[in-house]
Amino acid sequence: MVNSKDKSDMENNAEKRFAPADYKSEQSVRWCPGCGDHAILNVLHKAMAEIGVAPKDTAVVSGIGCSSRLPYYMNTYGMHTIHGRAAAIATGLKTARPDLTVWQISGDGDGLAIGGNHFIHAVRRNIDINILLFNNKIYGLTKGQYSPTSDRGAVTKSSPYGTTEDPFIPAELVFGARGNFFARSIDIALDTTKEVMVAAARHKGASVVEIRQNCVIFNQGSHAAISDKERRAEHTIHLRQGEKMLFGENMEKGLVQDGFGLKAVTVGQDGYTIDDVLVHDATTPTNFLHQQLAMMDGDTLPLAIGVIRDVEALSYEEEVEHQVESVRSKKGYKNLRDMILSTSETWTVE
Amino acid sequence: MLSGTNVKTLDRVVVRFSGDSGDGMQLAGNIFSNVSAGEGSQISTFPDYPAEIRAPQGSLSGVSGFQVNVGKGVHTPGDEADVLVAMNPAALKTNLKFLKPGGIIICDVDTFRPADLKKAQYATDDPVTELGINPDRIMLVPMTTLLKHTLEDSGMDPKSILKCKNMLALGLICWLFDSPVESVLRKLQKKFAKKPAVYEANAKVIQAGWDYGHNTHSSMPTYRIETESVKPGVYTDVNGNTATAWGLIMASEKSGRPLFLGSYPITPATDILHELAKRKDLGVKACQMEDEIAGVCSAIGASYAGDLAVTSTSGPGLALKSEGIGLAVMAELPLVVIDVQRGGPSTGLPTKTEQTDLMQALYGRNGESPLCVLAAASPTDCFTMAFEAARIAIEHMTPVILLTDAFIANGSSAWRVPEEEDFPEIKPHYVDANRVEQGWKPFDRDENLVRYWAIPGTEGAMHRVGGLEKDIKTSAISTDGKNHEKMVNIRREKIARIADDIPELQVNGAVDSDTILVGWGGTYGHLFTATEELNATGNPVAFAQFRYINPLPKNALEVLSGYKNIIVAELNTGQFADYLQMHLPGKEILRINKVEGQPFMVREIVDGVLKHIKK
Repeated sequence: MVNSKDKSDMENNAEKRFAPADYKSEQSVRWCPGCGDHAILNVLHKAMAEIGVAPKDTAVVSGIGCSSRLPYYMNTYGMHTIHGRAAAIATGLKTARPDLTVWQISGDGDGLAIGGNHFIHAVRRNIDINILLFNNKIYGLTKGQYSPTSDRGAVTKSSPYGTTEDPFIPAELVFGARGNFFARSIDIALDTTKEVMVAAARHKGASVVEIRQNCVIFNQGSHAAISDKERRAEHTIHLRQGEKMLFGENMEKGLVQDGFGLKAVTVGQDGYTIDDVLVHDATTPTNFLHQQLAMMDGDTLPLAIGVIRDVEALSYEEEVEHQVESVRSKKGYKNLRDMILSTSETWTVE
Repeated sequence: MLSGTNVKTLDRVVVRFSGDSGDGMQLAGNIFSNVSAGEGSQISTFPDYPAEIRAPQGSLSGVSGFQVNVGKGVHTPGDEADVLVAMNPAALKTNLKFLKPGGIIICDVDTFRPADLKKAQYATDDPVTELGINPDRIMLVPMTTLLKHTLEDSGMDPKSILKCKNMLALGLICWLFDSPVESVLRKLQKKFAKKPAVYEANAKVIQAGWDYGHNTHSSMPTYRIETESVKPGVYTDVNGNTATAWGLIMASEKSGRPLFLGSYPITPATDILHELAKRKDLGVKACQMEDEIAGVCSAIGASYAGDLAVTSTSGPGLALKSEGIGLAVMAELPLVVIDVQRGGPSTGLPTKTEQTDLMQALYGRNGESPLCVLAAASPTDCFTMAFEAARIAIEHMTPVILLTDAFIANGSSAWRVPEEEDFPEIKPHYVDANRVEQGWKPFDRDENLVRYWAIPGTEGAMHRVGGLEKDIKTSAISTDGKNHEKMVNIRREKIARIADDIPELQVNGAVDSDTILVGWGGTYGHLFTATEELNATGNPVAFAQFRYINPLPKNALEVLSGYKNIIVAELNTGQFADYLQMHLPGKEILRINKVEGQPFMVREIVDGVLKHIKK
């Protein structure tokens, strides 16, 4: 959603024109060769240039983990903080300074395990930050333990016989926390990643972007089943606002309503026509269908990428600001002393 | 009014109001202390309330108390009460121990019903005899009956009528203190300006209380309180938590940085959040976060964004915030952490007072993580020290922990509303454009080792901070051991140099004596009064109260070294004594300790000092 404020910002910035390099710091990037983070970082530089907010007005906040090193590679304001707390820190930063564009970088461990509480509350509060959730379903920096998004049975160093617990589906948490923006991409899908980053930045309120990311060292092929070249067309669907939900090598497949659920069909077979295929609407307030789409796992139904939900709602920091303005103008105290003299019982000693 | 033959003049008088939580004892106490303050008395108040929100009516556990001390030279709410108001038999039973020998009791005799007596666990139907109270010192007033008669034509329902009982007690107190009811009525009129009917009813009840005392109890001695002259100005009655909130607002005005509070409800610190939440009318952003950790972390984010950032909590919350505070130490960001200490460990005694978080504040973080620790001495000193905490945080780019406690946070005193020029400007340590142009690095420092504050939006000063160690020259991440040690020492030295920017330790009392009584934080009033008493009874003692704990005032160790006996009195098992002992290895630090969840009594300190010096 593009609201009027963003529109005017974009117009102001249109003249300035920033290049991706303007957002890039001089620090050498230390991720493992082949890590999905490299691609995401490069796309982020490009997305920021497209969004056009100046580096001096951009702040990138991260927690702890491989992906959380990202702020050091940005030529913006930035904080590399403590494990799990990026959402809380970003909330304070944005509330204090609504004029800044604030990004949060978290991995699945940082954002959904130790930082799970801050994550759901940032989403519920609808603070206008852009949360990039790098999901590689593993703890990389501590060298390979299972994370809250690891599949049941995942064999890792801390689960040598396989995990005995179910994972979080990040989208489900976002909907549970009454989120208004959810998008997904895969590290290798560069254009889609840029598209969803830009959409997230333009959305007013908490935006969550899940980026499925490969860990070459500890979880090689974490999303191979859906992202390998020969499999991608059949196992993913790129959702676009106002367009039919089609996928497949020749866009011959579509999603249709099936009772309370969704079903993949081939257009022209079993009596299904193009008219039966659903049209994507990310902006509809009811999140029932968004949830259904976000929960597709790439196995029986294709994994949805692109902007799945994008609904306008009141954002926290703006409401705080409005309340401050309205209370201030109503009461009109000049300063602390004026307030005390106006509201407290006082007496004068001559 | 009494003929005056029986009027005693006293320097100060302590009144303790007690009853059920819903009896409005705090309101009656507040009005009484404010009226006295308006007539020139010093005041000190202290509420003593149960942890339960609404314990069963009439039960022993449901009794709450509110003690006020008014008069001349008032520094504490008083050890014991001259007058005890007890609204029911449970209050009488639990509060009798706070009454001075020979003190007066005012009690609602209408509540001496079998059911009430049973709830309060009396064995007989005569509480006065059972508790061994001298019948000449107790006024058994049929308050409920009087109340019903007074308001029978008011058209009020019985429940609303009963709510006025506290005002009947207040009327009796006015009579007892030889004080006309007019000034009380003026306060009430203000309070109920929008509810004239409520005012009328309360006014009638106060007068009825006064008349009852006057007509029936002329044999009881009444009191006249001495007043004293204080600095001219506008005064108000303020408790420590409100004063803390206001001190922070003052610092925001004096520094030009907007005030941000990230907090989470916790007894007894929540009133700071309440007050700052109201102060949106002064531009304050007070955010109730999802937990204690988010409280401190949102403040750290706001600090990086350029605000005067604060988080408020009590002991258990401080424990949760430790890692966040460590980040502020490492990133060298200004941050004010308020810890309103309560009884611990763990959930402990949430509504009671203690000074047991000192070591946690000084050392409760991983790694070498020095920061500045301050402590407020009284309810009104909370204002000054909150301002100081903000000033030091902003001018020295460091987290500062301010320790207050449940006693001074809830207690109140009369306070002169500061004038514009009473507090200095606070100068944020901004990076200037010149420095940015010359290749500024985020951990470049001035001669006091303080780094510069580059607020987002500043052109050319984009930079990253974080919890990882930084290179001393380039400010980039560094894992080099030698570099780390240098940075550890710099952070330590930066805090040590704050000593050049704080007042020296003041010594009062018999400065030349060979004994010094030492305290810190909220015990000031009790220690001060104990010092006065000791000196007045031929036991010369000097006295010093610490408000700056880390770093210590520059002259502190030298001053203390000059005394033969150093006696540290504190509400813990000896944390500050241990801290001083570490700095003064050659000296034996003597101790007076109490960990009962209650403030000191003056006599406990007097006795403790005498015991030490007579050895």
